[in-house]
Amino acid sequence: MTGLALLIPLALLCGLVALAAFFMALRGGQYDDLDGAAMRMLADAEED
Amino acid sequence: MATRALLPEPAPLVETRESLLAVPGIHCAGCISKIENGLPKVTGIVSARVNMGARRVAVRHDPALTPPDLKSALARLGFEAEPLADPGMDVAAAHNRALLRALAVAGFAAMNIMLLSVSIWSGADGATRQMFHWLSALIALPTVAYAGLPFFRSGWAALRQGRTNMDVPISIGVLLTTGMSLYETATGGAHAWFDGAVMLLFFLLAGRCLDSMMRGRARAGVAALLKQTAPGALVLDDAGQSRWTKADALRAGMRMLVAAGERLAADGRVLTGDSSLDIAFLTGESTPVRVHVGDAVQAGALNIAAPLTVEVTAAGADTVIADLARLMQEAGQGKSRYVRLADRAARWYAPCVHLLAGLSFAGWMIAGAGVHQSLLIAVAVLLITCPCALGLAVPAAQIVACGALMRQGVLVKDGSALERLAETTEAVFDKTGTLTLGRPVPRHLERLDAEDRAILLALAQASRHPLSTALRQALEAEGVRPATLNAIREVPGEGLFADHHGMPVSLARPRSLVTLFGLASEYRHGAGVYLLSFTDTLRPDAAETLAALRSTGLRTLIASGDRPEALEEIARATGTTAIGRLRPADKLALLDRLKAQGQKVLMVGDGLNDGPALAAGHASMAPASASDASQLTADIVFLGDRLAPVAIALRVARRTVRVVKQNFALAIGYNILAVPLAIAGKVTPLVAAVAMSLSSLVVVANALRLKGGAK
Repeated sequence: MTGLALLIPLALLCGLVALAAFFMALRGGQYDDLDGAAMRMLADAEED
Repeated sequence: MATRALLPEPAPLVETRESLLAVPGIHCAGCISKIENGLPKVTGIVSARVNMGARRVAVRHDPALTPPDLKSALARLGFEAEPLADPGMDVAAAHNRALLRALAVAGFAAMNIMLLSVSIWSGADGATRQMFHWLSALIALPTVAYAGLPFFRSGWAALRQGRTNMDVPISIGVLLTTGMSLYETATGGAHAWFDGAVMLLFFLLAGRCLDSMMRGRARAGVAALLKQTAPGALVLDDAGQSRWTKADALRAGMRMLVAAGERLAADGRVLTGDSSLDIAFLTGESTPVRVHVGDAVQAGALNIAAPLTVEVTAAGADTVIADLARLMQEAGQGKSRYVRLADRAARWYAPCVHLLAGLSFAGWMIAGAGVHQSLLIAVAVLLITCPCALGLAVPAAQIVACGALMRQGVLVKDGSALERLAETTEAVFDKTGTLTLGRPVPRHLERLDAEDRAILLALAQASRHPLSTALRQALEAEGVRPATLNAIREVPGEGLFADHHGMPVSLARPRSLVTLFGLASEYRHGAGVYLLSFTDTLRPDAAETLAALRSTGLRTLIASGDRPEALEEIARATGTTAIGRLRPADKLALLDRLKAQGQKVLMVGDGLNDGPALAAGHASMAPASASDASQLTADIVFLGDRLAPVAIALRVARRTVRVVKQNFALAIGYNILAVPLAIAGKVTPLVAAVAMSLSSLVVVANALRLKGGAK
């Protein structure tokens, strides 16, 4: 039972971190252009 | 290992501005890198960023660059572009993102609560169960408050107007279940339904999210096609200098320069020049109108032949176009009164469910079960009947159907469009641009030999004149490769001149008088002179499509602004009655007459003159070549030169409505099985969770049958 006191908050924390990461990605515009992202990885990097 | 000094970003020396351009031609990774690497090499452009889904490019540039400059910079890279005035889609994108956030929160909470619930179901007892219930409450309460907001808002808005929709039973169900569970937790009860409430929100939000994404995509597709009729014009000041002025800054009395191939940004009177204008958007008439000094011209008209100087007489809200827009707005008000299938079902469903819950409460009270016990059972009835499957029944079917249609080049803009389309009984078609292609197509090109065709393509490629564009498209479609020409020059109002192996060649205005009767241009090669005539042709499958529509039980009619003589041939080819010489208001009146006869009209049109009729139709479709306003007004936009999408969309719409009704039947069938259990007091949180997921899965699986429906 004592394990629960540690494990439950830990599990919740892990979930919250993932949720925060998703929010950050959403705010950063990663979901704005899903088709473009799929195409971009095929493009040859031409940066100088 | 290559290392590079990290240079600080060079500070922008001048203030920059961001402009949006629609570039429909972007289709691959190569296009993206070509634009993003090519544009910044142009002086004055700082950076460019492509949005592939929306077919848009955001360009950061020196404010000195005007939209036509950016357009020509993209044209040099090989892309046709149109400046976008304002990014109106961002509102929809923000709404979509808010839904996605709510879905993420609901998903997170549902998983964690389910984890706790599974422990309770597998036998956690006493203090442990108590703690787990409290933990669930801790997660569920903020989640319901945040993720439930879209439903509470919409339900409340409906209630305030004295109506009811699907969101009303959802809101009541979620709120009551959460409240009752909280009470149970506080008093140490055996059951808490937090998992059910949150899972319900998660399922429903998934449906909403998909719905909004699908519509966002269709909207973006349409926005990318929009030809911004005239974002502005080159205005001449007193010193004879020309300056780019936005359409909303144009005032009466200004003098604007309109090059061939440009659209007028305001109503006006011709000061100098002699040209032909394409005003098909207004009248539906395909033949261009010749204008001379002193003639009145309308905003939106396309200047075909030679440059004009026009004195502005009316701009902005005073133009003929703006009048039409007002007419359209009024005509469209009837459509907003349409009640969607799901909401019509909710009208019956919500009172039934609430009555049932009330009756079970009363029944158990009379049977002597006590307030607490009776209330628990009433809440269980509400939870089990909460329209989870019902809420998914419509969006799931519509998303799958719209996805199938989108692969066929049909963009559905409005969720209710398919429902309305399935109900139509009569289809009214416009002629120019709808049954016909609405653009000049060169005739008798096969009379020219291969060398001449190669030279012609090289000449046509050098100009943006509408006839040159038509030639280029036709020749490129035949697989002709351009010849190499020297000293190509364009003489405004005259044509293109060049040298081919020392022989002068040209594509120019005809010297004869044939032009009075139609569009033509003249190709000269040395001493040889060939007249190229252009006509607007019928879409390749117009006759079959109309026949197919009639065979599905629809009545068809052609309503055009063109001369009745011009309609004869088309009426015969398609076997359909045609009415000619209809002004925009006449078309609207025709639709009203049909409506009064009890017909539900599907309006298919492209021009601005069809705008009011498109807005008034029970459902409306427009080709992607249509004017901006028509594409915005129409429920469905179809791409390509074929008319078949009209018949395909109708077939898919009817199938979709059938599947939606099946889904309703499935959802109701599930309720008939589950509700007696709930009323008998046999529903535990475990039963509720299983029943809810199962019914949702069945409904989604049934909707997936539509996937190949548009073949």
